[in-house]
Amino acid sequence: MELRKNYFADVRKDGLHEIGQPRPRSDSPGHVTGKTAFFADRNFPGMLHLKMVRSPHHHARIRSIDTSEAEKHPGVVKVLTAKDVPHNLYTILILIQIGPEDETVLADGKVRWRGEAVVAVLAETERAAQEAAAKVKVDYEVLPAVFDMEEALKPGAPIVNEYHGQNYYLYDSGACRKVRFGDVEAGFAQADHVLEQSYQSSPIEHAPTETTGCVVAPEGNDRFTCHTNTQAMFFTLDNTSIILQMPGSKLHFVGGTVGGGFGGKVDVIVEPIAILGAKLTGRPVCFVYSREEEMQISSPRAAEKVVIKDGIMMDGRIVARKVTGYTDAGAYSRHSPYGAQKGAGHYPGPYTIPNVWIDTYCVYTNRTPSSAMRGFGVTIGDFALEVQMDKLARLIGMDPLEFRFINAYRDGDMKAHRQPTEGAALIECMQEASRAANWPVAEKYMAMSSYKNGA
Amino acid sequence: MAKVPVQFTLNGSEKAEFIDSGTTLLNALRDKIGDTSPKGGCHQGTCGACSVIIDGELRLSCLTLAETCNGAMITTTSGLAEGGVLHPLQRAFLDTFATQCGFCTPGMIMAAKVLLDHTPNPSREDVVEALSGNICRCTGYEPIIQAVLAAARANSQNAA
Repeated sequence: MELRKNYFADVRKDGLHEIGQPRPRSDSPGHVTGKTAFFADRNFPGMLHLKMVRSPHHHARIRSIDTSEAEKHPGVVKVLTAKDVPHNLYTILILIQIGPEDETVLADGKVRWRGEAVVAVLAETERAAQEAAAKVKVDYEVLPAVFDMEEALKPGAPIVNEYHGQNYYLYDSGACRKVRFGDVEAGFAQADHVLEQSYQSSPIEHAPTETTGCVVAPEGNDRFTCHTNTQAMFFTLDNTSIILQMPGSKLHFVGGTVGGGFGGKVDVIVEPIAILGAKLTGRPVCFVYSREEEMQISSPRAAEKVVIKDGIMMDGRIVARKVTGYTDAGAYSRHSPYGAQKGAGHYPGPYTIPNVWIDTYCVYTNRTPSSAMRGFGVTIGDFALEVQMDKLARLIGMDPLEFRFINAYRDGDMKAHRQPTEGAALIECMQEASRAANWPVAEKYMAMSSYKNGA
Repeated sequence: MAKVPVQFTLNGSEKAEFIDSGTTLLNALRDKIGDTSPKGGCHQGTCGACSVIIDGELRLSCLTLAETCNGAMITTTSGLAEGGVLHPLQRAFLDTFATQCGFCTPGMIMAAKVLLDHTPNPSREDVVEALSGNICRCTGYEPIIQAVLAAARANSQNAA
């Protein structure tokens, strides 16, 4: 790898001993010898297997749950329902004061998406747990469901999640996250061209090679060790502590090695119920998703819809940008209010635009709850923004890379969120990209710098 | 459930167990014998993380019944290093940064070993074909291909 030391020479710290040097990863020797311990590589004598009874409906009221046949099934040790969970209603981000609590560990009174956990069965073998789970009888009254974000926002749409009261997340800024900068309508009035386009994406499953799960061992003294592949150790520890109403000192979480995650193992889904199972049976418990569950139940990247309206001048300057973003949270918040908020921050792009107006909505529908995945909230936004940039360049007959040089933010520029730009390197990156991709741009762009007053 | 006896050689040592009839080799190795180097990713024969070598052939241990392995010679990744010295493939996976999360690595190494045992000087296409049954979700195929080619080169140099 070549290090170009001429960039940012005034802020460079040279004489570093580690940066830029190849170093072996500390975990690789374990990986190549098969010695790395993933959570499922822990096997305890007398371990029980947990299987979940899941909702077959997108939206339904639970009239009754009958677990009597399942309890009689050979090998079954314990059957858990909502009433067994000490603090059944939770939301992950409550740890950073983002509420309301809107999701149940085990469904209580209602299910809001197909696949929602209703009853947990603990048995001596995986097979016995599976067979017993099939014997749990749940009487559902099917309710109207809504799957489309714009339908969900219309008056009279079925309410997905009563804890919110409406089908969108209520930010302190109102029904959406807002960015207001300059006068966007004046910008459009001044523009030579205005282009409005819609972009949308599907949910995407992370599909980690190792499925989500944990193995819990009771340590005596009402203390539990949970071997888990969570990507969010302390979120999981603290939320489990709230859900089980147990002090964190009783919970010992062991993680560190995750067999692929990509954000898919950030939610707190398997650990609380597995620890509860271990607590109530006094035995080790393994709860691991089957591949089918991983693909259908685990929270995907949110489906998004982005409407972008840009006003540009014939000389290539973007003078106005109006964006409305919709993030499909599915039935519960998890990390989606945060994802939608990130979108609001991101839609101006790395460009200096004098007039910006952004609204992003986090919308509830009766779909699988979405959550974290690789830059969630901004990845789809970037796709939309950059496709839009190409379309805008084409509209005025300009080279798309040169068009980006004209609009790239540079040090000292005021961003739409009123944060002055510092340490921008976009110009320099695009200059390198121009060379690497053999995509020449006019000499004046190659002479530009992120330092406005510089070269 | 009926227990059946099963006896095979695992990484050079004799193993004898009574298992539930219908137990997969993957579960027998991991839960009964304690060799957790084969990983269970899909349990339906599509990800390759559980790959082992049975009598010289690459097999998916999640789709192989343990009771069909009587008398077999089974090799797993945990048995590749000899006397604390890494196998050339393991060395190459380390040197070319061919592991990320490590979950697919044991299966990848097994698939690569069978390839090199049969084809000591493989082409890039041979390597791609041999690894095609093993899924890596950290998007690391290129370094893995480079590792297998590097191990093949190291072997041919040793032989020369």
